[in-house]
Amino acid sequence: MKTVISILSPLTLLLLWEAAAFLGFIDTRLFSSPLNILQAFFPLLLSGDLLYNTWVSVLRVTWGFIAGAIPGILLGMSMGLSPLVRSAVEPMIAATYPIPKLAIMPLILLIFGLGETSKIFTIAIGVFYLVVINTMAGVLGIDKIYLEVAKNFGASRKDFYLTVALPGALPMIFAGLKLGMGMALILIVAAEMSAAKAGVGWMIWRAYDMFDIEQMFVALITLSVLGYFFSLVLDWMERLVLPWKQTS
Amino acid sequence: MPYDSAGIVLNNIGKTFLSSSGQVTALTDINISIGDGEFFSIVGPSGCGKTTLLRILAGLDTATTGTIDVNIISGDRPINSMVFQEQSIFPWLNVLDNVAYGLKLRGIAQKERYAIAAKYIRMIGLSRFASAYPHQLSGGMKQRVSVARAFANDPEILLMDEPFGALDEQTRIILQQELLRIWELSKKTTVFITHSIDESLCLSDRVLVMTAHPGTVKAIVDVDLPRPRDIASIRTTHRYNELFQRIWLTLREEVLKVKSLELEK
Repeated sequence: MKTVISILSPLTLLLLWEAAAFLGFIDTRLFSSPLNILQAFFPLLLSGDLLYNTWVSVLRVTWGFIAGAIPGILLGMSMGLSPLVRSAVEPMIAATYPIPKLAIMPLILLIFGLGETSKIFTIAIGVFYLVVINTMAGVLGIDKIYLEVAKNFGASRKDFYLTVALPGALPMIFAGLKLGMGMALILIVAAEMSAAKAGVGWMIWRAYDMFDIEQMFVALITLSVLGYFFSLVLDWMERLVLPWKQTS
Repeated sequence: MPYDSAGIVLNNIGKTFLSSSGQVTALTDINISIGDGEFFSIVGPSGCGKTTLLRILAGLDTATTGTIDVNIISGDRPINSMVFQEQSIFPWLNVLDNVAYGLKLRGIAQKERYAIAAKYIRMIGLSRFASAYPHQLSGGMKQRVSVARAFANDPEILLMDEPFGALDEQTRIILQQELLRIWELSKKTTVFITHSIDESLCLSDRVLVMTAHPGTVKAIVDVDLPRPRDIASIRTTHRYNELFQRIWLTLREEVLKVKSLELEK
């Protein structure tokens, strides 16, 4: 029953949209209609235009995500385990975190130029903050007893990182990664707004310039599918590395 | 002392904390010699510093004064392994990896450490649960894993901080009997903290009664009950009751002292 409702409700909305467009209640030049969008979708798909632009964006998001997540996890663990590192780094993180990442894009463009690096770096920065903060919170949230057990069993610095901090913080690290993925999708559109020649975000702005509303909707739907796909990948990875968190 | 050689010698151990109201002496003048292979229990009123003493032995805390000598029989064994009072097995490791944890840190190859861990998991009767995660286990099973983890590490001395304190009585009696059985096989020097006089009598060779704040040695009672022991039948013996009475009367003064201090506050 619940599944039926979950499928029926968006279908109903699409039908209403189509009906409103057909009956002239909405201006199809601005709001388009499901059938018009579907009509625009196939040529974009068949010409390879859509796939190419999606691929370009997927690569940027993936590299930016990795470039932000790995330093975020490493620094977050150090901050969680060492009060010294935490005292040294936390003020800088706290001071720079509230700056909207979009606000520093012009600076990033000046530093890294118009190429791929500036786009990847923009995404990396956004992902980094969310991952570093969540990872640190995850390590700090580990029950002290587990650190004492490790100490009692003669753990080296490496052992503290690999056998306590990392596995103990993994649930929070994944929470950070999922937030980071959401942020990456926001930033990819912004990054492709300026100085890009391809990408889903670039498609949106091209559609804006050409007043091609259908193409804009196709790109928006692609973004939604991308977001869903990335969250599936992260969920799958989470199940793989967190067997102890299931069925609990 | 009923032992040929000393396993652990504590010389003049003292511990002072710095708190907001000034210096607080938690432990003072503790001089004990624990025999090699002895099961040694510590009882005392709450707040007497018995856990602090064990933590000093475990290397998790440092003593302000004094020294500890542990008789090292084999150089490649760890000095001590602790069984904690609270749930302390890693939630992210299954039973097998939890029991093998100490061996892993010591760099023992996976095949060998799994073989050793499997032996102790069999001893505690959890073979069917070797690949289960802690959230799938009951409280008693978790403490069994914790005990197996300490034994599997094969330390010179075992330290136990009220390991069965949080368990229900039926589970506790079963685990006490199992601990006795495993300990009798390994004959490891064991320091066991408990608030239960009964538990200290059932398990130990000697019982140290500590004074209330600051903690120090009040009395050491020889538990001359025969081994191997059956916990159920040992309790009905005359000697058990005599020893219980003796320890309680010694402890009672200290407990009352704590109570009157609490009332003054």
